[in-house]
Amino acid sequence: MKAPFPPFDTQKYPSQILWYVIFFGLLYLLMKRFLVPRLSTIVEGRAARISGDMEEAQRLRVESDKALGTYEKALADARTAAHAIAQAGTDEAKAAAVKQRADIESSLSAKLEEAEARIGEIKAKALGDVGAIAEETAAAVVAALSGQQPSSDEVAAAVSSVSSK
Amino acid sequence: MANDPIHQFHIQEYFPLGQFGGMEFHFTNSAFAMGATVAIVTGFLLLATSKASLVPGRLQSVAEMAYEFVASTLRSSAGKEGMRFFPLVFSLFMFILVANFFGMFPYFMTATSQIIVTFALAMTVMLTVVVYGFMRHGFGFLGLFVPHGVPMAVVPLVSAIEVISFLSRPISLSVRLFGNMLAGHITLKVFAGFVASMASLGAIGVGGAILPLVMTVGLTALEFLVAFLQAYIFTVLTCMYLNDALHPGH
Repeated sequence: MKAPFPPFDTQKYPSQILWYVIFFGLLYLLMKRFLVPRLSTIVEGRAARISGDMEEAQRLRVESDKALGTYEKALADARTAAHAIAQAGTDEAKAAAVKQRADIESSLSAKLEEAEARIGEIKAKALGDVGAIAEETAAAVVAALSGQQPSSDEVAAAVSSVSSK
Repeated sequence: MANDPIHQFHIQEYFPLGQFGGMEFHFTNSAFAMGATVAIVTGFLLLATSKASLVPGRLQSVAEMAYEFVASTLRSSAGKEGMRFFPLVFSLFMFILVANFFGMFPYFMTATSQIIVTFALAMTVMLTVVVYGFMRHGFGFLGLFVPHGVPMAVVPLVSAIEVISFLSRPISLSVRLFGNMLAGHITLKVFAGFVASMASLGAIGVGGAILPLVMTVGLTALEFLVAFLQAYIFTVLTCMYLNDALHPGH
Protein backbone atom coordinates (compact mmCIF):
# COMPACT_ATOMS: atom_id res chain seq x y z
CA MET A 1 0.00 0.00 0.00
CA LYS A 2 1.33 3.40 -1.02
CA ALA A 3 1.92 5.74 1.89
CA PRO A 4 -0.35 8.82 1.85
CA PHE A 5 0.95 12.36 1.36
CA PRO A 6 2.60 12.97 4.76
CA PRO A 7 0.42 15.86 6.02
CA PHE A 8 -2.70 13.78 5.26
CA ASP A 9 -1.47 10.70 7.11
CA THR A 10 -4.25 10.35 9.67
CA GLN A 11 -2.23 7.77 11.58
CA LYS A 12 0.02 10.59 12.84
CA TYR A 13 -2.78 12.98 13.79
CA PRO A 14 -3.39 11.92 17.42
CA SER A 15 0.25 12.44 18.46
CA GLN A 16 0.39 15.83 16.80
CA ILE A 17 -2.85 17.03 18.39
CA LEU A 18 -1.63 15.78 21.76
CA TRP A 19 1.67 17.63 21.49
CA TYR A 20 -0.01 20.73 20.08
CA VAL A 21 -2.35 20.83 23.07
CA ILE A 22 0.54 20.30 25.50
CA PHE A 23 2.91 22.84 23.97
CA PHE A 24 0.41 25.49 22.94
CA GLY A 25 -1.35 25.16 26.28
CA LEU A 26 1.99 25.60 28.01
CA LEU A 27 2.80 28.65 25.88
CA TYR A 28 -0.63 30.15 26.59
CA LEU A 29 -0.24 29.61 30.33
CA LEU A 30 3.26 31.10 30.33
CA MET A 31 2.01 34.05 28.28
CA LYS A 32 -0.97 34.70 30.52
CA ARG A 33 0.88 34.25 33.82
CA PHE A 34 4.33 35.72 33.17
CA LEU A 35 5.21 36.98 29.73
CA VAL A 36 2.30 39.25 28.83
CA PRO A 37 2.11 40.86 32.30
CA ARG A 38 5.86 41.52 32.15
CA LEU A 39 5.64 43.06 28.70
CA SER A 40 2.54 45.09 29.44
CA THR A 41 4.10 46.39 32.66
CA ILE A 42 7.02 47.65 30.61
CA VAL A 43 5.00 49.13 27.74
CA GLU A 44 2.02 50.48 29.69
CA GLY A 45 4.35 51.54 32.50
CA ARG A 46 6.32 53.64 30.08
CA ALA A 47 3.13 55.15 28.63
CA ALA A 48 1.91 55.91 32.15
CA ARG A 49 5.25 57.40 33.11
CA ILE A 50 5.32 59.60 30.01
CA SER A 51 1.78 60.85 30.52
CA GLY A 52 2.57 61.39 34.22
CA ASP A 53 5.66 63.40 33.34
CA MET A 54 3.67 65.45 30.86
CA GLU A 55 1.04 66.16 33.50
CA GLU A 56 3.72 67.16 35.99
CA ALA A 57 5.29 69.47 33.40
CA GLN A 58 1.89 71.01 32.69
CA ARG A 59 1.27 71.50 36.40
CA LEU A 60 4.68 73.14 36.87
CA ARG A 61 4.04 75.39 33.90
CA VAL A 62 0.70 76.54 35.30
CA GLU A 63 2.42 77.14 38.62
CA SER A 64 5.20 79.18 37.06
CA ASP A 65 2.65 81.16 35.06
CA LYS A 66 0.85 81.88 38.30
CA ALA A 67 4.09 82.92 39.98
CA LEU A 68 4.87 85.19 37.04
CA GLY A 69 1.40 86.74 37.33
CA THR A 70 1.94 87.33 41.06
CA TYR A 71 5.33 88.86 40.40
CA GLU A 72 3.95 91.17 37.73
CA LYS A 73 1.11 92.22 40.00
CA ALA A 74 3.55 92.92 42.83
CA LEU A 75 5.68 94.92 40.44
CA ALA A 76 2.70 96.96 39.27
CA ASP A 77 1.61 97.51 42.89
CA ALA A 78 5.11 98.65 43.85
CA ARG A 79 5.16 101.01 40.91
CA THR A 80 1.80 102.48 41.89
CA ALA A 81 2.94 102.83 45.49
CA ALA A 82 6.16 104.51 44.37
CA HIS A 83 4.14 106.89 42.25
CA ALA A 84 1.88 107.68 45.16
CA ILE A 85 4.83 108.29 47.49
CA ALA A 86 6.54 110.50 44.93
CA GLN A 87 3.31 112.40 44.33
CA ALA A 88 2.74 112.88 48.06
CA GLY A 89 6.33 114.09 48.51
CA THR A 90 6.00 116.54 45.65
CA ASP A 91 2.66 117.78 46.92
CA GLU A 92 4.02 118.23 50.43
CA ALA A 93 7.10 120.05 49.21
CA LYS A 94 4.96 122.22 46.98
CA ALA A 95 2.59 123.02 49.82
CA ALA A 96 5.52 123.82 52.10
CA ALA A 97 7.03 126.08 49.44
CA VAL A 98 3.73 127.85 48.90
CA LYS A 99 3.29 128.31 52.64
CA GLN A 100 6.82 129.56 53.07
CA ARG A 101 6.37 131.95 50.20
CA ALA A 102 3.14 133.20 51.64
CA ASP A 103 4.84 133.66 55.03
CA ILE A 104 7.70 135.54 53.47
CA GLU A 105 5.35 137.63 51.41
CA SER A 106 3.19 138.45 54.41
CA SER A 107 6.22 139.30 56.53
CA LEU A 108 7.58 141.42 53.68
CA SER A 109 4.34 143.26 53.26
CA ALA A 110 4.21 143.81 57.04
CA LYS A 111 7.72 145.27 56.90
CA LEU A 112 6.71 147.32 53.87
CA GLU A 113 3.73 148.68 55.67
CA GLU A 114 5.86 149.48 58.68
CA ALA A 115 8.40 151.18 56.47
CA GLU A 116 5.65 153.11 54.70
CA ALA A 117 4.24 154.14 58.06
CA ARG A 118 7.67 155.30 59.16
CA ILE A 119 8.18 157.18 55.89
CA GLY A 120 4.75 158.84 56.41
CA GLU A 121 5.72 159.72 59.92
CA ILE A 122 9.07 161.08 58.80
CA LYS A 123 7.35 162.89 55.98
CA ALA A 124 4.78 164.41 58.30
CA LYS A 125 7.50 165.30 60.74
CA ALA A 126 9.54 166.75 57.91
CA LEU A 127 6.50 168.63 56.66
CA GLY A 128 5.95 169.90 60.20
CA ASP A 129 9.58 170.98 60.29
CA VAL A 130 9.08 172.67 56.89
CA GLY A 131 6.26 174.76 58.45
CA ALA A 132 8.47 175.78 61.34
CA ILE A 133 11.38 176.61 58.99
CA ALA A 134 9.03 178.62 56.76
CA GLU A 135 7.70 180.48 59.77
CA GLU A 136 11.21 181.22 61.03
CA THR A 137 12.36 182.22 57.56
CA ALA A 138 9.25 184.31 57.01
CA ALA A 139 9.74 186.00 60.41
CA ALA A 140 13.42 186.60 59.60
CA VAL A 141 12.54 187.93 56.11
CA VAL A 142 9.80 190.19 57.54
CA ALA A 143 12.15 191.41 60.31
CA ALA A 144 14.91 192.16 57.80
CA LEU A 145 12.58 193.93 55.40
CA SER A 146 10.43 195.88 57.84
CA GLY A 147 12.65 195.96 60.86
CA GLN A 148 9.76 194.94 62.99
CA GLN A 149 9.53 191.58 64.74
CA PRO A 150 6.14 189.98 63.68
CA SER A 151 4.30 187.93 66.25
CA SER A 152 4.65 184.26 65.85
CA ASP A 153 0.89 183.79 65.53
CA GLU A 154 0.68 186.16 62.57
CA VAL A 155 3.56 184.39 60.84
CA ALA A 156 2.05 180.94 61.42
CA ALA A 157 -1.33 182.07 60.05
CA ALA A 158 0.28 183.59 56.98
CA VAL A 159 2.43 180.48 56.29
CA SER A 160 -0.44 178.07 56.71
CA SER A 161 -2.66 180.20 54.43
CA VAL A 162 0.05 180.14 51.76
CA SER A 163 0.84 176.47 52.10
CA SER A 164 -2.83 175.47 52.06
CA LYS A 165 -3.35 177.20 48.68
CA MET B 1 16.07 11.03 -0.36
CA ALA B 2 17.77 14.40 -0.73
CA ASN B 3 15.84 15.31 -3.85
CA ASP B 4 12.42 14.27 -2.66
CA PRO B 5 10.55 17.54 -1.97
CA ILE B 6 7.92 15.71 0.07
CA HIS B 7 10.40 14.07 2.41
CA GLN B 8 10.59 17.14 4.65
CA PHE B 9 6.93 16.76 5.62
CA HIS B 10 7.29 13.21 6.91
CA ILE B 11 6.42 12.79 10.53
CA GLN B 12 9.21 10.86 12.17
CA GLU B 13 8.29 9.04 15.31
CA TYR B 14 11.15 9.33 17.78
CA PHE B 15 9.77 7.26 20.61
CA PRO B 16 6.35 5.82 21.39
CA LEU B 17 4.27 6.96 24.33
CA GLY B 18 1.76 4.15 24.16
CA GLN B 19 -1.72 3.46 22.88
CA PHE B 20 -4.99 4.94 24.01
CA GLY B 21 -8.42 4.21 22.58
CA GLY B 22 -6.93 2.60 19.52
CA MET B 23 -4.72 5.62 18.78
CA GLU B 24 -0.95 5.56 18.85
CA PHE B 25 0.90 8.42 20.51
CA HIS B 26 4.53 9.18 19.76
CA PHE B 27 7.00 11.95 20.33
CA THR B 28 7.61 13.15 16.77
CA ASN B 29 9.70 15.67 14.88
CA SER B 30 6.69 18.01 14.65
CA ALA B 31 6.28 17.74 18.42
CA PHE B 32 9.94 18.64 18.77
CA ALA B 33 9.43 21.62 16.45
CA MET B 34 6.45 22.82 18.49
CA GLY B 35 8.33 22.33 21.76
CA ALA B 36 11.33 24.20 20.39
CA THR B 37 9.01 26.97 19.19
CA VAL B 38 7.51 27.35 22.64
CA ALA B 39 10.99 27.27 24.20
CA ILE B 40 12.29 29.92 21.80
CA VAL B 41 9.28 32.21 22.28
CA THR B 42 9.43 31.86 26.07
CA GLY B 43 13.19 32.21 26.23
CA PHE B 44 13.19 35.22 23.95
CA LEU B 45 10.46 37.02 25.86
CA LEU B 46 12.01 36.23 29.23
CA LEU B 47 15.40 37.46 28.09
CA ALA B 48 13.94 40.54 26.42
CA THR B 49 11.97 41.56 29.51
CA SER B 50 14.63 40.61 32.04
CA LYS B 51 15.99 44.14 32.40
CA ALA B 52 12.67 45.92 31.92
CA SER B 53 14.43 49.19 31.27
CA LEU B 54 12.65 52.42 30.49
CA VAL B 55 14.80 52.94 27.42
CA PRO B 56 14.69 49.53 25.71
CA GLY B 57 17.71 47.65 24.44
CA ARG B 58 17.68 45.74 21.16
CA LEU B 59 15.96 42.58 22.36
CA GLN B 60 13.47 44.51 24.43
CA SER B 61 12.68 46.74 21.43
CA VAL B 62 11.87 43.69 19.31
CA ALA B 63 9.65 42.22 22.04
CA GLU B 64 7.91 45.57 22.51
CA MET B 65 7.43 45.92 18.76
CA ALA B 66 5.76 42.49 18.64
CA TYR B 67 3.61 43.43 21.62
CA GLU B 68 2.56 46.79 20.17
CA PHE B 69 1.97 45.24 16.75
CA VAL B 70 -0.37 42.53 18.04
CA ALA B 71 -2.00 44.87 20.57
CA SER B 72 -2.80 47.51 17.94
CA THR B 73 -4.12 44.87 15.53
CA LEU B 74 -6.35 43.44 18.24
CA ARG B 75 -7.49 46.87 19.44
CA SER B 76 -8.35 48.09 15.94
CA SER B 77 -10.51 45.08 15.05
CA ALA B 78 -11.99 44.02 18.39
CA GLY B 79 -11.83 47.28 20.35
CA LYS B 80 -10.52 47.86 23.87
CA GLU B 81 -12.59 44.95 25.18
CA GLY B 82 -10.71 42.65 22.84
CA MET B 83 -7.60 43.13 24.95
CA ARG B 84 -8.90 40.39 27.28
CA PHE B 85 -7.92 37.97 24.51
CA PHE B 86 -4.46 39.46 24.19
CA PRO B 87 -2.56 36.51 25.76
CA LEU B 88 -4.24 34.11 23.34
CA VAL B 89 -3.72 36.26 20.24
CA PHE B 90 -0.13 37.04 21.20
CA SER B 91 0.53 33.32 21.83
CA LEU B 92 -0.93 32.45 18.41
CA PHE B 93 1.07 35.13 16.63
CA MET B 94 4.37 34.26 18.30
CA PHE B 95 3.79 30.53 17.95
CA ILE B 96 3.00 30.69 14.22
CA LEU B 97 5.72 33.25 13.49
CA VAL B 98 8.46 31.32 15.29
CA ALA B 99 7.25 27.95 13.99
CA ASN B 100 7.36 29.34 10.43
CA PHE B 101 10.84 30.79 10.95
CA PHE B 102 11.99 27.62 12.69
CA GLY B 103 11.06 25.69 9.54
CA MET B 104 13.34 27.95 7.50
CA PHE B 105 16.39 26.26 9.09
CA PRO B 106 17.59 23.35 7.00
CA TYR B 107 16.78 19.90 8.43
CA PHE B 108 14.19 21.34 10.81
CA MET B 109 10.55 20.46 10.65
CA THR B 110 7.95 23.14 9.91
CA ALA B 111 5.12 22.34 12.31
CA THR B 112 2.79 24.74 10.47
CA SER B 113 3.17 22.68 7.28
CA GLN B 114 1.08 19.96 8.94
CA ILE B 115 -2.63 20.50 8.25
CA ILE B 116 -3.56 18.91 11.54
CA VAL B 117 -1.48 21.48 13.45
CA THR B 118 -2.88 24.47 11.57
CA PHE B 119 -6.35 23.02 11.94
CA ALA B 120 -5.77 22.69 15.68
CA LEU B 121 -4.66 26.34 15.74
CA ALA B 122 -7.79 27.38 13.82
CA MET B 123 -10.01 25.31 16.10
CA THR B 124 -8.40 26.96 19.13
CA VAL B 125 -9.63 30.28 17.75
CA MET B 126 -13.08 29.04 16.72
CA LEU B 127 -13.71 27.25 20.02
CA THR B 128 -12.71 30.40 21.89
CA VAL B 129 -15.12 32.44 19.76
CA VAL B 130 -18.01 29.99 20.20
CA VAL B 131 -17.50 29.28 23.90
CA TYR B 132 -16.92 32.92 24.84
CA GLY B 133 -19.75 34.10 22.56
CA PHE B 134 -22.29 31.81 24.23
CA MET B 135 -20.94 32.51 27.73
CA ARG B 136 -21.22 36.24 27.26
CA HIS B 137 -24.35 36.64 25.13
CA GLY B 138 -26.22 33.35 25.66
CA PHE B 139 -28.42 32.65 22.68
CA GLY B 140 -27.97 36.27 21.62
CA PHE B 141 -24.70 35.03 20.12
CA LEU B 142 -26.81 33.43 17.37
CA GLY B 143 -27.67 37.00 16.29
CA LEU B 144 -24.33 36.74 14.52
CA PHE B 145 -26.15 34.78 11.83
CA VAL B 146 -29.01 37.26 11.43
CA PRO B 147 -27.64 40.52 10.03
CA HIS B 148 -29.55 43.71 10.78
CA GLY B 149 -31.61 45.46 8.12
CA VAL B 150 -32.38 42.35 6.11
CA PRO B 151 -36.01 41.80 5.05
CA MET B 152 -37.69 38.91 6.91
CA ALA B 153 -38.29 37.03 3.66
CA VAL B 154 -34.60 36.56 2.90
CA VAL B 155 -33.45 36.01 6.51
CA PRO B 156 -33.43 32.20 6.18
CA LEU B 157 -31.31 32.39 3.07
CA VAL B 158 -28.90 34.95 4.49
CA SER B 159 -28.64 33.04 7.77
CA ALA B 160 -27.85 29.84 5.90
CA ILE B 161 -25.07 31.66 4.04
CA GLU B 162 -23.78 33.14 7.30
CA VAL B 163 -23.75 29.73 8.97
CA ILE B 164 -21.85 28.20 6.05
CA SER B 165 -19.36 31.06 6.05
CA PHE B 166 -18.90 30.67 9.81
CA LEU B 167 -18.33 26.93 9.49
CA SER B 168 -15.85 27.42 6.66
CA ARG B 169 -13.76 29.81 8.75
CA PRO B 170 -11.66 27.15 10.51
CA ILE B 171 -11.08 25.43 7.19
CA SER B 172 -10.00 28.58 5.35
CA LEU B 173 -7.92 29.69 8.33
CA SER B 174 -6.05 26.38 8.59
CA VAL B 175 -5.74 25.64 4.88
CA ARG B 176 -4.36 29.12 4.15
CA LEU B 177 -1.50 28.73 6.61
CA PHE B 178 -0.89 25.08 5.77
CA GLY B 179 -0.99 25.66 2.01
CA ASN B 180 1.36 28.61 2.10
CA MET B 181 3.95 26.85 4.21
CA LEU B 182 3.68 23.59 2.30
CA ALA B 183 3.83 25.15 -1.17
CA GLY B 184 6.68 27.47 -0.20
CA HIS B 185 8.79 24.69 1.19
CA ILE B 186 8.11 22.39 -1.77
CA THR B 187 9.03 25.12 -4.26
CA LEU B 188 12.18 25.91 -2.34
CA LYS B 189 13.14 22.25 -2.20
CA VAL B 190 12.42 21.71 -5.91
CA PHE B 191 14.59 24.66 -6.98
CA ALA B 192 17.35 23.67 -4.57
CA GLY B 193 17.11 20.14 -6.01
CA PHE B 194 17.66 21.59 -9.53
CA VAL B 195 20.90 23.16 -8.31
CA ALA B 196 22.19 19.83 -7.03
CA SER B 197 21.11 17.73 -10.02
CA MET B 198 22.41 20.22 -12.63
CA ALA B 199 25.72 20.73 -10.84
CA SER B 200 26.28 16.96 -10.92
CA LEU B 201 26.20 17.06 -14.76
CA GLY B 202 29.66 18.66 -15.06
CA ALA B 203 31.03 22.05 -16.10
CA ILE B 204 28.06 23.14 -18.24
CA GLY B 205 25.71 21.94 -15.54
CA VAL B 206 27.52 24.05 -12.95
CA GLY B 207 27.04 27.11 -15.20
CA GLY B 208 23.39 26.22 -15.69
CA ALA B 209 22.90 25.70 -11.98
CA ILE B 210 23.40 29.43 -11.37
CA LEU B 211 19.84 30.28 -12.43
CA PRO B 212 18.04 27.93 -10.01
CA LEU B 213 20.54 28.97 -7.31
CA VAL B 214 19.55 32.61 -7.78
CA MET B 215 15.90 31.52 -7.70
CA THR B 216 16.52 29.58 -4.48
CA VAL B 217 18.09 32.61 -2.81
CA GLY B 218 15.21 34.80 -3.95
CA LEU B 219 12.63 32.23 -2.83
CA THR B 220 14.29 31.96 0.57
CA ALA B 221 13.83 35.70 1.06
CA LEU B 222 10.25 35.37 -0.16
CA GLU B 223 9.65 32.50 2.25
CA PHE B 224 10.79 34.65 5.18
CA LEU B 225 8.28 37.28 4.05
CA VAL B 226 5.55 34.63 3.70
CA ALA B 227 6.43 33.22 7.13
CA PHE B 228 5.80 36.64 8.69
CA LEU B 229 2.84 37.49 6.48
CA GLN B 230 0.96 34.25 7.23
CA ALA B 231 1.45 34.74 10.96
CA TYR B 232 0.11 38.27 10.56
CA ILE B 233 -2.89 37.20 8.45
CA PHE B 234 -3.77 34.47 10.93
CA THR B 235 -3.59 37.04 13.73
CA VAL B 236 -5.72 39.62 11.91
CA LEU B 237 -8.41 37.05 11.08
CA THR B 238 -8.32 35.78 14.67
CA CYS B 239 -8.92 39.34 15.89
CA MET B 240 -11.86 39.76 13.50
CA TYR B 241 -13.43 36.48 14.61
CA LEU B 242 -12.93 37.39 18.27
CA ASN B 243 -14.72 40.65 17.51
CA ASP B 244 -17.75 38.54 16.50
CA ALA B 245 -17.67 36.86 19.90
CA LEU B 246 -17.62 40.27 21.61
CA HIS B 247 -20.17 42.02 19.38
CA PRO B 248 -22.34 39.41 17.61
CA GLY B 249 -24.95 41.88 16.33
CA HIS B 250 -23.25 43.39 13.28
